[in-house]
Amino acid sequence: MLWRALLGRTGISLVTLWVVSVLIFIGTNLLPGDIAQIILGQMATPENTAVLRAKLGLDKPVVQQYLVWLQNVMMGDLGISKAGLGAGLGTPIVEMLGPRIDNTAMLGLIVAVVAIPISLALGLLAAMHPGTRLDRSITFSTLNIISVPDFLIATVLVLVFAVSLGWLPSIVYLRGDESGWVLMKTIAMPVLTLVIVVSAQIIRMTRATVLNVMSSPYIEMAILKGIPRRRIILRHSLFNAIGPIVNVIALNLAWLVGGVVVVEQIFSYPGLAKLMIEAVQVRDMPLVQACAMIFCAVYVVLIFIADMATILSNPRLRHPK
Amino acid sequence: MSDHANNSDKPLGFDELPDAPPKRKIKLSWPGKIGIAIVLFWSVIVVIGPTIAPYHEADILDEVLFIVPGSDEMYPDTDFQPPSKIVYLGSDYIGRDLLSRILYGARTTIGISVLATLLAYLIGVTAGIAAAVGSRYLDMGLSRVNDALLSIPSIMFALVLIAALDSPGLAWLIVIAGFIYAASVFRISRSLGQEVMVSDFVEAARVRGEGLWWIITREILPNIAMPLATDFGLRFVWVILFISSLSFLGLGVQPPTSDWGSMVKENLPGLVLGSYACLMPAFAIASLTISVNMIVDDISAAAGGKLATKMIS
Repeated sequence: MLWRALLGRTGISLVTLWVVSVLIFIGTNLLPGDIAQIILGQMATPENTAVLRAKLGLDKPVVQQYLVWLQNVMMGDLGISKAGLGAGLGTPIVEMLGPRIDNTAMLGLIVAVVAIPISLALGLLAAMHPGTRLDRSITFSTLNIISVPDFLIATVLVLVFAVSLGWLPSIVYLRGDESGWVLMKTIAMPVLTLVIVVSAQIIRMTRATVLNVMSSPYIEMAILKGIPRRRIILRHSLFNAIGPIVNVIALNLAWLVGGVVVVEQIFSYPGLAKLMIEAVQVRDMPLVQACAMIFCAVYVVLIFIADMATILSNPRLRHPK
Repeated sequence: MSDHANNSDKPLGFDELPDAPPKRKIKLSWPGKIGIAIVLFWSVIVVIGPTIAPYHEADILDEVLFIVPGSDEMYPDTDFQPPSKIVYLGSDYIGRDLLSRILYGARTTIGISVLATLLAYLIGVTAGIAAAVGSRYLDMGLSRVNDALLSIPSIMFALVLIAALDSPGLAWLIVIAGFIYAASVFRISRSLGQEVMVSDFVEAARVRGEGLWWIITREILPNIAMPLATDFGLRFVWVILFISSLSFLGLGVQPPTSDWGSMVKENLPGLVLGSYACLMPAFAIASLTISVNMIVDDISAAAGGKLATKMIS
């Protein structure tokens, strides 16, 4: 039964991923004109364009183009970028992505490792003392944080830590061989910004989830039995809230995909999102496609984990009738 | 109320009819009241902003204005000037008046966001109610399309479309944002609509022989209007944040039109030079979004918080 639920979810995720690939392909082919012409720009003589068109397979029907593209993506060939076009026919995108993916993954992992424990603790703390001054100040400040743009938080952090105090660099300059303290100092600002943004969301949702569990009959029973509040939260409600909380965490890490775009740009962090913005600015469509596919795949996988957490933690969902 | 009905043996007069439930009064907290004041303030600025602005948004101020009387400096710097009598909030990176740009930018930023949210509502509510009242297949079709749209992070979707459309204008920006946010509006209006559709009073209306249009306009829309209004506030905040993020990335509103998001971006280099020019528009955005959220928070608290949980999922 459990396996069936798992397989079903996996199937849905794969279909979603496929639909996403179709949407991205349609999106990138909306443009008036022709990728070959855009790539060549001012060098677009008719002969040149024809050669590149044949090379990119643009002379074939759209459906066939899509199938070829999909097949290539599955085989790990993401196409060629406009970059370095002067020398030959552009750089293979796979070569460009490698270090960028590493950097963004590192950023995401560090943010997750820092943000999750902090925000769970604060969320639980707020839920344990609802209505108190502590709870109200936590909910008030997190509401403020989620209402302001990410770049405002980043800007204020730059002002405080880079301009006024001079402790941290305002721009990330990664050479790739930093380690330990130096690395931490280098990427501290983007990490801090993302931790604040993501934590605010997780804190609010953790609090809401735990309070939701707290209003269920068995908790009322436990309260009537005279069990101390602390014990009720840590023994009774937390275990029932774990599924929803994992769900919350996975969802928020998925939202990180959006936050990372702004943060990488503001700190010039050499990650995948910054590469994508640059690709959008110069209209390097194959590169835009590739980056969008990677981000969407991560997003779909995280949503899948969120779904699975909900199913696994709830016996009634685990054994659907 | 029930003993009234039981004890009387003559037919009920008007004054003996059961009381209607007391009208729920929304009690505003202090943050909520301040929020309303700030939202009203910006609404006024949207209308009269360009009229009261001391300069035009694209005006690069003349050096002559900055000459300090009695000083020999004939060619003073005009960029990133601190607040003074000439420029009340300082000047920006090429010497334009920051206050004027914020006043002009209010119209661009808020205008685009309101229009995009309205568009999202037009598409989302229409499709959502169609899915709620329509046949099973219509519902399934619309929901699957919607699921697919929701499985792409909104910023990624926007980046792909912007790359394809080659620096789209304001109209396209509204369409892109409206289209992207229509997906979540669809989801909430469909689930609200479905809830009303299975209620007893809709069944009664059907038995009475009312048509579909009557049911939609008289039963469904009034019943989902309040939750949707709250959701409109939240959605509006997200659209503002979304559009200013795009502008901040340099992919939204294009210069010389002033817009709060792009103003933050263009003045960012001034931060290390000690100019706060980039913070002003950022705080303008924050004041508006925080205010709307405070108001929404109060309203959903008045609605028993149930609304708030509905909005998370």
